[in-house]
Amino acid sequence: MLAPIGTYLHSFPGGLKLKHYKAMSCQQSLPVPRLPLSAEYVIPVSQHSGSEDKLIVTVGQKVLKGTAFSSSEQATGAAIHAPTSGLITAIEARPVPHQSGLKALCVIMEADGEDRWAEMNPCPDYQELTATELITQVRAAGIVGLGGAVFPTATKLAGTEKIHTLILNGAECEPYIACDEILMQQAPEKIIQGAQILCEILAIPQAIIAIEDPMENCQKSLDKAILQAGAEALIKVVKVPMLYPEGGERQLVQVLTGEEVPAGGLPLSLGLLVQNVATVAAISDAIIHGKPLLERIVTVTGNGIVAPQNMVASFGTPISELVDFCGGYTPSIARLIMGGPLMGLALNSDSLPLIKASNCILGLSSADVSSTQPEFPCINCGFCVSVCPAGLLPQTLQTMIRSENFSALEPLHLEACIECGCCDYVCPSHIPLVNYFRYGKDQLQQLAIDKQKSTLARERYELREQRLEKQQTERRARHQKRKQALAGSADKQTSIAAAVARAKAKKQQPEGSDS
Amino acid sequence: MSMAVISLTLLALAFGLALGYAAIRFRVQGNPIADEIEALLPQTQCGQCGYPGCRPYAEAIAAGTEQINRCPPGGDTGIKVLAELLGTEILALDEGAGVEKALPEVAIIHEDACIGCTKCIQACPVDAIVGAAKLMHTVITAECTGCELCIPPCPVDCIDMVVEKIDLQSWRWPKPAAIRNIPISVEVSDKVA
Ligand code: SF4
Ligand code: SF4
Ligand code: SF4
Repeated sequence: MLAPIGTYLHSFPGGLKLKHYKAMSCQQSLPVPRLPLSAEYVIPVSQHSGSEDKLIVTVGQKVLKGTAFSSSEQATGAAIHAPTSGLITAIEARPVPHQSGLKALCVIMEADGEDRWAEMNPCPDYQELTATELITQVRAAGIVGLGGAVFPTATKLAGTEKIHTLILNGAECEPYIACDEILMQQAPEKIIQGAQILCEILAIPQAIIAIEDPMENCQKSLDKAILQAGAEALIKVVKVPMLYPEGGERQLVQVLTGEEVPAGGLPLSLGLLVQNVATVAAISDAIIHGKPLLERIVTVTGNGIVAPQNMVASFGTPISELVDFCGGYTPSIARLIMGGPLMGLALNSDSLPLIKASNCILGLSSADVSSTQPEFPCINCGFCVSVCPAGLLPQTLQTMIRSENFSALEPLHLEACIECGCCDYVCPSHIPLVNYFRYGKDQLQQLAIDKQKSTLARERYELREQRLEKQQTERRARHQKRKQALAGSADKQTSIAAAVARAKAKKQQPEGSDS
Repeated sequence: MSMAVISLTLLALAFGLALGYAAIRFRVQGNPIADEIEALLPQTQCGQCGYPGCRPYAEAIAAGTEQINRCPPGGDTGIKVLAELLGTEILALDEGAGVEKALPEVAIIHEDACIGCTKCIQACPVDAIVGAAKLMHTVITAECTGCELCIPPCPVDCIDMVVEKIDLQSWRWPKPAAIRNIPISVEVSDKVA
């Protein structure tokens, strides 16, 4: 038999060794504080990648903590819930953290301060659940991938392939983000329990928790929790060397197994299920305690924040309250980012609500932010190629996208780009490569939609043409028949002539004279 | 000598037969060039090109009787791909046909004003309008191509074209600003003169 996964480590191409600033936010004692109740919560209806769910609450309705706001029947949906008890004051479009800066539908809720839980449906005997029930509960709890991709977890679990290993992704590789590291120290038992639930119900024979090399404390706490749960045979902690972007699903799989996830495929096709550690902890909460996903650990950090720290915060809280909790901004604050410095999303306001994807609020000082430099032409130095973890040719992609040559992108596998920003970071010509790739991907998507639409239009046009033609021939046939029928009988011919004559005669007669 | 004549004649005969057979056996049905052209046209079926639909226009291009720059919905991008396919020059859009819309539009019927005359249904080339006589009509947005053919027949002018609303799903990343023409600032010294 082959050595179990994780015994030998492999590597992925490229990557960057980044300096870590996790210690900045990790000085605090555990457990991390919980943000006090906010007066108002703004909960965006769609916080995951996938279809928008249908709302099932109305304005003026009083809700308890944990009440579902949306139904979770759609295959790619993920429900949202009341973060506390209170009154729904409005359902309207509000600004949300999104690269477009557009408004989106949100449920606005006023807290009543009591923080009363709705009746929950705990299920401590999880062994009795079937896979379908597990997936339904995970969907109803609104759980999405908390590593940043926010893909609905239920959809991921519903894959049909046989899974031989569950990989718990604790290899948090972005320089500032520490929320998973904190979670693994603070609540390792939840992660272990979540892993046990998944392994038991989905019949997965083994699980490994991947953490990065310097996470010594996490290894200790996780090992202890595994011992306590008596899961030594099932779960193993594996340390992987620190290299950005190792926390990427594909990159982690490659490090652990040496196998490459096929382009356009999922780790599932290799018999692997990859879940972020925070997601698994949320699954344990949802199944054992019946608690939906209402909050997460958030890292608020950076040189632009007075007292960087991690905290537990509810979705819908204004980001400004998290910052205030950390003592506010330093005078040198220059940029506010949701997520990490390489893949994060620059925020234009701190009044935006915290969402499920918000693993980190990063306040960079003016010294951290490089000045915007003009873009120079590509010098074909190849730096971007050597760092790309997906093995792509960023400079070729960039040229093709710039000249709108979208048909050339397919053999270059643009879709495999994970937007890690490595190429962008090293490019000596300051070409905004990732932005080009995002633009290119979106254009490809749009082209596919347009193609679909035009095919539909052509089909409908052709159907209509056929229908019109059929009607025409039918009409012609009918006329023909009638004519033939008329021509066929001389009798009829004369009778018609007589009728016509009668009608004419009648017309000429003065009114009423026939009486 | 006669050997050569006979063998060449035989060869010619054999090839002739083979070619003749192939011409019948592998005959291409329809008009493949028109098909390829049609696949590149937007299928809006608006008739702005002067033909009663995209297919007839594609056939006209294939026959060489029409320019490739008469389709406003396809716009400059459409002309570019057509030129690529046919190996011809890229032309500017013929303004006589119309102008390309900046953003895609769809028709909406103001349902309170609709008198249910069914004229728009008859005009719609893709059957994207539903409704019965004397009853209010409505446009199936997902199937509307934005051809505007339903607008003139409406006796009460209750159909409007609207730009489709952009939400988080339909929003697209913009193209990053292009490279400057002269990437380095050039200082001209007086000594040159
Ligand atoms: S790193 Fe920049 S300059 Fe170098 S090849 Fe890549 S795109 Fe071109
Ligand atoms: S952003 Fe895309 S192309 Fe650039 S290094 Fe990362 S995966 Fe490669
Ligand atoms: S102008 Fe373009 S979209 Fe309209 S009918 Fe002609 S080819 Fe089709």
